[in-house]
Amino acid sequence: MTRTLHLSLDINGRRHELDVEPRVTLLDALREHLALTGTKKGCDQGQCGACTCHVDGQRVLSCLTLAAQVEGRQITTIEGVAGPEGELHPVQAAFLEHDAFQCGYCTPGQIMSAVACIREGHAGSDDEIREYMSGNLCRCGAYNSIVAAVREAAEAAR
Amino acid sequence: MRDFSYSRAASLEDARQAILQPGAFVLAGGTTLLDLAKCGVTEPETVVDISHLAGLDAITVDEEGVTIGAIARMSAVADHPGVQAAFPAISESLSLAASAQLRNMATIGGNLLQRTRCAYFRDPAAFPACNKRVPGSGCSAIGGVTRNHAVLGVSDKCIASYPGDLAVALVAFDAVVDLGARQVTVEDFFLPYGDAPEQETVLRPGEVILGVKIRASAAGMKSTYLKVRDRQSYEFAAASAAVGLEFEEDGVTVRDIRVALGGVASKPWRARSVEQALIGKPLEAETVAWAARLAMDGAVSYSDNLYKIELAPRVITRAILTVGGLA
Repeated sequence: MTRTLHLSLDINGRRHELDVEPRVTLLDALREHLALTGTKKGCDQGQCGACTCHVDGQRVLSCLTLAAQVEGRQITTIEGVAGPEGELHPVQAAFLEHDAFQCGYCTPGQIMSAVACIREGHAGSDDEIREYMSGNLCRCGAYNSIVAAVREAAEAAR
Repeated sequence: MRDFSYSRAASLEDARQAILQPGAFVLAGGTTLLDLAKCGVTEPETVVDISHLAGLDAITVDEEGVTIGAIARMSAVADHPGVQAAFPAISESLSLAASAQLRNMATIGGNLLQRTRCAYFRDPAAFPACNKRVPGSGCSAIGGVTRNHAVLGVSDKCIASYPGDLAVALVAFDAVVDLGARQVTVEDFFLPYGDAPEQETVLRPGEVILGVKIRASAAGMKSTYLKVRDRQSYEFAAASAAVGLEFEEDGVTVRDIRVALGGVASKPWRARSVEQALIGKPLEAETVAWAARLAMDGAVSYSDNLYKIELAPRVITRAILTVGGLA
């Protein structure tokens, strides 16, 4: 039996219409149905943070969120953080400046998490950044540079 | 993940009716249900989304105590100034759990109902034997790698550990689960394993958690949650303790003390023997260390987790001395 839901999702300020099975996660809806592949699938089990997006401004894991659950919410992905003319978000610029990645696979999730971390006021010290960014794993081990980038972006935001 | 049908509950009554269907599950934050559905441990036919119900996420703090709605998010409760003042241990138990993203998603009701992290339980394909999943099938953990398994409240049917932090703090302060038609203490909400490890709570078909209530206490205001684990962050407890303390007017003698343990037991574990041993006595490091060992009476180890019997009393001791101003 095929059960299909018709959903309208508000993503990065644009409305998208799609038909999906109820089990489809926000992550799979973004990547497989809407061609928004900036959000990455790492573990697909809520453990790595690669799929981090914002729902109503809060950072969440799109792999453990059903697309159907977020109809009516405002979703922001990595594709939605740069400015209208493509100018980088300060956190994106800080990641480039500090070379805060190696392979880059965890980077969209790191940036989405960092943007929220700074907005929450949880980037006051290196220890606090490490604690509040602990849900984003980097298998290349670029953590020192990630902390430096978040710290700089947080200082610039003050 | 097998497909299922999805519905948004229009009201609590609607949700109660909908989950009476076979294979129906409440969906709130989704961090446990969708994870277990992906593991193949839970195979929902229907998920009933209650995360949009208005008012069920309220957090109320007054002189009577704290009331937390079932779908309040972990992060909202952890960061609530009223909760931080009335029960530091509750706020800390939440902010030391999971990651920032998961805390923004996971709800208080769902947090109570999270399932064990036993690797054998979570892997049905590789380990068909699990009394918690399939009653009577056996226990793959006994004789396996048991480093993260429980030493208290276990049986020869199951040695899985309750993984949560919040419920440990709630048990310490006699919190009550509001099920609408009835109120059950968090301590009684969770069942001891015995012969039926598949039955983890007293929740009946059609019952939905509405929230938890914790009555204000002096011990609650002077409390802490200490969590010791393999990594500094984003890890389950190897052993944890929720402790609250109230002194007599002399500032030395223990009037009231609450001690509960996590990471070492089959359910959130109230250590009443430790409390009884310390009430009426002056708080001193040696007495506390002695009393903390009483929590391990009846502990059973399957070799890899033997360290917990040594670690847990030390965690209790450090937590008590910290709130008592002696550490």
